[in-house]
Amino acid sequence: MNPIGNLNKVFESRIRLGVMSVLMVNEEVSFNDLKEVLEVTDGNLASHLSTLEENAYIKVHKGFIGRKTNTTYSITKTGEKAFKGHLAALEAMIKFSQ
Amino acid sequence: MNEQQHLDTLSDIKRLMERSTRFMSLSGLGGIGAGVSALVGAYFAWDLLNDGGGRGGYGYERTSETVLVFRLMLIACAVLVAALSAGFYFTWRKARQQGLPIWDASARKVFINLAIPLGAGGFFILGLLDLGYVGLVAPSCLVFYGLALVNASKYTLTDIRYLGYVEVVLGIIALFNLYNGLFFWALGFGVMHILYGAIMWWKYERKAA
Repeated sequence: MNPIGNLNKVFESRIRLGVMSVLMVNEEVSFNDLKEVLEVTDGNLASHLSTLEENAYIKVHKGFIGRKTNTTYSITKTGEKAFKGHLAALEAMIKFSQ
Repeated sequence: MNEQQHLDTLSDIKRLMERSTRFMSLSGLGGIGAGVSALVGAYFAWDLLNDGGGRGGYGYERTSETVLVFRLMLIACAVLVAALSAGFYFTWRKARQQGLPIWDASARKVFINLAIPLGAGGFFILGLLDLGYVGLVAPSCLVFYGLALVNASKYTLTDIRYLGYVEVVLGIIALFNLYNGLFFWALGFGVMHILYGAIMWWKYERKAA
């Protein structure tokens, strides 16, 4: 069996991996909180978020706090499954190489 | 990608999961500072109750003495301000050393989850004072504070949960020893904070310092 066959291509970017890690353990995270914890720029984060959204791994909720937009993100069932699969693949691969 | 890179990836994931849900900068030294303020406050309160009353005991039964209650409230407020300042200062210092933001989403979660039971407890205790049940104040402080810690422990160092349990148990014991309220208050807020702070400092901060 190919040990890297189960790795998910979408999670090859560190930032996407980071977004998924944070969303796994938090119900809902705002754009700014993600930016703060991952230490990335607006544009960079936005493009990775839209890739994850296109893959239906995360859900976007647009809202307002007063007049300011407040966009939050949460993980979908598909995303949770995909991320867990990716982690299992990573683990299997490390065991394989030992 | 080699094995080391994958291990790095896994530890990155773990760190992000932890950092985004838990506020990690809570300082043990802050706990010690809060405990010392509580003990100093308890000493002044004890002094006031023994001297100011003119007769022995804790004087809880003479609730008509509004002046005494007022002075005790002043001491309590001073203790609160000193304890909070110590807690904030050392936590701020630790966050700065770790290069972490002090007021991020996880800190807000800790704050809100502490504030709800503490706020409820605060109003409950004001109600008790208004009704003249002064003796119930110390047990109520301990029980509500303990529950607040248990509630907030999900979002910060898990060890704080055990401090919460201890405070709740002390509060309940204090309820059955009403005339030793001040003693249990000093034990819970003073001695336990110092003990907890020292353990936390030993566990998490010793190496860094």
